[in-house]
Amino acid sequence: MELLLLNFANIDSLKLVYPLLLQGLQLTLLLAIVALPLSLLSGLTVAVTYSFAGARVRKLMVILIDLLRAFPVLVLLVLIYYSLPFFGLTLGSFTAVVVALVINNTGYFSEIFRAGLESIPKGQHEAAAALGFHKFRGMIYIILPQAVRKVVAPLASNSLELVKTTSIASLVALPELLRSARVAQEQTYNPTPLTAAAVIFFIMLWPFSHWVSRLERKAIIGKA
Amino acid sequence: MQKIIDNYLNWEILKEAFPEVLAGFWVTVQASLAVIVIGLLTGLALAVLRCLRNRVIDGVITTFIEIFRTLPQLVVLIFVYFGLPYLGITLSPFLATVFGLSAVLSAFAAEIFWASIVAVPKGQWEAATALAFKPWRTLAFIILPQAVRLALPLVTNRSIAITKGTALGVAVSMQETLGSAQSIMSIKANPSPLTLAAFFYLLFFIPLVAFSRYVERRFSH
Repeated sequence: MELLLLNFANIDSLKLVYPLLLQGLQLTLLLAIVALPLSLLSGLTVAVTYSFAGARVRKLMVILIDLLRAFPVLVLLVLIYYSLPFFGLTLGSFTAVVVALVINNTGYFSEIFRAGLESIPKGQHEAAAALGFHKFRGMIYIILPQAVRKVVAPLASNSLELVKTTSIASLVALPELLRSARVAQEQTYNPTPLTAAAVIFFIMLWPFSHWVSRLERKAIIGKA
Repeated sequence: MQKIIDNYLNWEILKEAFPEVLAGFWVTVQASLAVIVIGLLTGLALAVLRCLRNRVIDGVITTFIEIFRTLPQLVVLIFVYFGLPYLGITLSPFLATVFGLSAVLSAFAAEIFWASIVAVPKGQWEAATALAFKPWRTLAFIILPQAVRLALPLVTNRSIAITKGTALGVAVSMQETLGSAQSIMSIKANPSPLTLAAFFYLLFFIPLVAFSRYVERRFSH
């Protein structure tokens, strides 16, 4: 037990690395704050475009969405960060991570919004038209609000996954929370910083994760 | 245009990189299958254990679920690979990746399976009792088949999302597809091996994504 505490919850080590972790946490939050709205917006745009598109364009879009969904985000990040410089286009690690997250999550979010939009009965579109709503205004004021309500659970779940995925930034040397903890661990020869990072991640994300699992449970019970 | 071909589809380098990236791809496939099998079975087992409604067991399982649902996969992998050795547990990169991701998948799966078991209407239990089924047989033959159906779309999506995380194995120096492509890329100073890696990932995951679409259509109503 003594050994366990000394290794995984070493107070001295914690005091030493605390500023580093705090800096890392800031960067993690910044990544999430920038990447999440951009991904949501991009996914929504794709889904709305899909609902206005003709049959052929739709098929093409589904293929593209599936390609995005099949591609591991880390591979995308490596491709962006390490191969674009060969073309003289060097992105900073922060920008590269944001771009990779947005491209990857556009696939997920557009699929979610699309499912929501498709679940709205045709009558709603017709009713909107009958009330003199232009197609686009009908979409924004009548269809979307209903569609988003139906997909709150997957939206929340995927948003949480996005925030968790910001940790891959550590693999392109961006000193966010996980990277800072790794650096600190190597400097202090002690895994306490890793424990600290895990605890910070847990405290920060647990309320959302708990909320998401309640939403998902309700959705499952609703289907039974 | 020539520049794109030279950098992404350089034939010489593709040929040279192929065997190593293919070897990496096998590691990816093995790790993925191991994660799916271990993760789903553990998840189902945990969900069934919760049917005992024992407070202590419930507490332990719920804690496990909340922790591994919440922590980022990469944090789990790094902890397993770089943290556990201080406890005298040293795992190979492959095992660290497989155990780490299996723990994450089992947590998600346990939650989904449990929610689905609870969602099966009570009348089903009562009907089975009326037909003289013992509780365990009711669970195995009547409740679980319905619950698994309910759980299938969510579990399939989750399995794919977490299996894609095998690429995170590079962080613990597992020589899988991405890792082997990256090492050849830095030796040759040419990113073509990455194209190859991307191709292999799509080869493996596009059928899975297509399968998840099928499952969604078939089982969501």
